[in-house]
Formats: sequence, C-alpha cells, structure tokens
Amino acid sequence: MIPSTLEYTKATSLDEALAAVKAGARPLAGGMSLMPMMRLRLAAPGAVVDLGGVPELVGICEDGDEIAVGAMTTHRSVANDPLIREHCHVVAQAAAGVGSMTIRNRGTIGGSLAHADPHGDLPAAILAAGGAVIVRGSGGERRIDVGDLITSYLTTSLAEDELITQVRLPKGAGQSAYAKFHRRAIDWSIIGVGVSIGADGVRAAATGVGDHPTRLTGFESVLNAGGSLEDAIAKAGEGLSPLGDLDGSTEYKLHLVGVLAAQAHAEASSR
Amino acid sequence: MGQTITVTVNGTAHTAEVEQRTLLVHFLREALNLTGTHIGCDTSTCGCCTVHLDGETVLSCSLLAVQADGHAVRTVEGLEQNGELHPIQKAFHENHGLQCGFCTPGMMMSALGVIEQHPDASDDEIREALEGNLCRGTGYQNLGAGVRSAAVEMARN
Ligand SMILES: Cc1cc2nc3c(=O)[nH]c(=O)nc-3n(C[C@H](O)[C@H](O)[C@H](O)COP(=O)(O)OP(=O)(O)OC[C@H]3O[C@@H](n4cnc5c(N)ncnc54)[C@H](O)[C@@H]3O)c2cc1C
Ligand code: FES
Ligand code: FES
Repeated sequence: MIPSTLEYTKATSLDEALAAVKAGARPLAGGMSLMPMMRLRLAAPGAVVDLGGVPELVGICEDGDEIAVGAMTTHRSVANDPLIREHCHVVAQAAAGVGSMTIRNRGTIGGSLAHADPHGDLPAAILAAGGAVIVRGSGGERRIDVGDLITSYLTTSLAEDELITQVRLPKGAGQSAYAKFHRRAIDWSIIGVGVSIGADGVRAAATGVGDHPTRLTGFESVLNAGGSLEDAIAKAGEGLSPLGDLDGSTEYKLHLVGVLAAQAHAEASSR
Repeated sequence: MGQTITVTVNGTAHTAEVEQRTLLVHFLREALNLTGTHIGCDTSTCGCCTVHLDGETVLSCSLLAVQADGHAVRTVEGLEQNGELHPIQKAFHENHGLQCGFCTPGMMMSALGVIEQHPDASDDEIREALEGNLCRGTGYQNLGAGVRSAAVEMARN
C-alpha cells in the first residue's frame, strides 16, 4: 500500500532535526521498520523528518574507554568496523546477522533501539555489552543505559521530542559473542542471546523472551559465583516466560535460551 | 504535499513533480514506466523491488521517491547495453536461473550488489547476498550457479 499523506523534510543539522521532531514530525532513519509500518498503515505520521542528511549522527570513533557510534550508522558499517569487531564483538556480530545485505545497507543502530522490537538483535547485544545511548531533546542531553531505554513492546523511555544521537559501547567487551536462532535467513530471531565476558564478570542478555530485551540473571549469577557452565545453562531461563506462539512453545523457547547462551559463551570464551 | 525531484535513472536525469508519500518503486513503475522493478510484499521482506541507489542495493518499496532526489538509481532496465545482455542476464538465461521471472530483477540487482564489489565472492557470500530475495520457483540452486558464472565472466572482462 501507499503510505498516507505526509509532509517530508530532510534535516541537514541536528538542530534542524530536533526542531522538526519538537514540531511533531516522526524521525525517519533507515526506514527498514518505519516504512513497512507506513505501508501497512500501522503508522501514519502526518510529517516525517529524514535524519539521513545530519552529519553529526554518523560515524564511529574511540572516546576514552568507550566507542561512540552515531545513531544513523548503518548495520553494515557497525558489522564491518574494526574497532567494534575488536572491542565490542557481540554488537558487530548481531549487526552482521540483521535481515539481509540490503536491509543492513540502510537500517541503523539508533533506529533499531528506538523501534524497540521485542525480537530485535541489536538491543539485546548492546545490553549484553553494557552499552548506553545519548539522547537530546528540548530538555537538553542525557544518557540512558540500554537496560532502561526499552520499557515494553515497541516502547521506549524517550520523550516525544527526544532523539537518540549516539550509542556508547564499552571497549571492554571484546570477549563476547551473539548467537541467534531463526528459520529462514531473513527472519527475525525467535530467540537471540548475547554474552560478554568482561573485567566485572559475565553479562548475558536475550531477545524474544518478553516485551523487552532481558538480562539472563540466572546464567550470570551461577558463572559469576564460580559455578559450572552446565549449572549456568540450567538456570539460563530462570524468571523468564516467553510467550508460546507459532514460532514455538514457552518450553521450546526456554530450551533455546539455554542452547544459545551456551553457544555464545563458548564463542566468547574462545576469543 | 508535492515536490519536484530530479533522479538519474540508468544514466538519464528525470525531473518530475511527485507527492511526498510516493514510494520510489511507484515512481519508477508509474511515472517512468520502468516496470521491470517488481512489488511483491508490503513488509520489506521479498526483495523483488531491489535497485541500486548510488551503487548500493536498496529496497525501492521502502524508500520515498523524494529520498532519491539528486541521486543515481540503477534498475534492471539499465543492465542491457546496446542490445547486448549483461553477463548476469546471460548467466541467468544459460543456467536456468529463473522460472516465472517475478523475483528475477531483484535477484539480479542483489547479486550485482555483491559481485561488482567482490568478483571473487565465495558461494557462501553469494548466498548471503541473496538472503533478502525470495523465490518461489527455482529452488535457489540454479540461481546461485548463475551468479557464480556471471562473476567469473565479469572478472574475465
Ligand atoms: C525483512 C526484515 C528483517 C529484519 N530482520 C531483523 C533482524 O533479524 N534483527 C534485527 O534486529 N532487526 C531486523 N530488522 C529491522 C532492522 O534492524 C531495522 O533497521 C530497525 O528495526 C530499524 O532501524 P531503521 O534505521 O531502519 O529505523 P526506521 O525504520 O527509520 O525507524 C524505526 C523507528 O525508530 C524511530 N527512530 C529512528 N531513528 C531514531 C533516532 N535516532 N531517535 C529517535 N527515534 C528514532 C522512528 O521514528 C521509528 O519509530 C529487519 C527488518 C526487515 C524489514
Ligand atoms: S516489495 Fe517486497 S521487499 Fe520491496
Ligand atoms: S522464478 Fe518465479 S519467483 Fe523466482
């Protein structure tokens, strides 16, 4: 279908983009989630502001013990970036597995977090790494841990007039990996698990287990207390109850959480 | 709202007034009559509408025509030159890389998206590049063979 009538503007600076959002325009990043929603008329914004021409929002650079990634950086750039591959591998690996080549050419890291799909890979990978976002709005700039950003299905703690400007990835997450299970190559993850083994211990997070990406606290606490991997896997699904649906039953999905946590942990350990 | 845009399609600049909500694929098919680019879904999943925007593959169903203003688009119609089929077209023909042909334009544009940049792409890399293109006919094997043989031919020229 054709999207409903809209007014389109292309911002050329962050200030212009923020002004448009404040006036009620919906940000348009890679369009890989927003455009299909507009075609299905699940979304019908009266105005959109294209962030594709805002130079402040693209690029990847080292900043102290973090990597600063502009919100409009594409999955393709994140997947191929040497800094992210080396220091925050789990995120590069998750980006490499998104959709298809053509979707990775346009879909962005900021759009993935703002869209907050309960099966999104990037939010879980960034949560496993311990990343955060920088957001800007009329109230100024603030930093939000990714764990506090996504609150429910397709819902974030961003204010209406706020934009994600940057994603901050910790450099200490090099020993990390992402494992996902899906049926066809282009499909979203049924379950995906990121594991990072850092100086503060093991962090793990999953997608597809509820309405937001979730830390696997059972898995983490066994390993961080010196327990065996076997015990950790047995506890991986503790406290979770993924919805049974056409992709599989609750039990099946909990089984996948354990299998994928083991896979991601083995790969992270070998790095 | 209307907007005047100029898009270079297969080397020719086209200026037209479009509604801002017009999808690039509708602009190509309906304003320019380039119906080789197909529409197979409403969910950005089939890849039938794949074209190149400034040399990179994009889904023309998931881009507004106004976003292509000032940019260069290449579609399946731009492959044949002076009556000569492009190597990818010849290879699809020779390897029986299509049945009904509905997916073929998108398939070829995605394949070129990888082999033009990496003529020595491995079979796995070719498969990965075609992940976003669904085909209900060929079973994919002949498609892969066609792309591989086009890559060899293009590297030779
Ligand atoms: C067929 C298909 C398969 C896919 N498979 C996967 C997959 O396996 N794993 C996965 O993780 N994802 C997958 N995706 C989604 C993909 O990752 C998208 O890129 C992502 O969800 C949205 O990013 P985008 O840049 O395209 O954002 P858009 O679609 O442009 O925007 C999405 C939402 O975020 C808002 N927004 C965008 N940028 C900002 C910003 N900077 N600040 C505030 N709000 C903003 C928009 O207003 C909109 O509401 C798939 C998509 C498709 C079509
Ligand atoms: S028409 Fe299906 S992906 Fe564009
Ligand atoms: S040949 Fe018919 S869909 Fe591919």
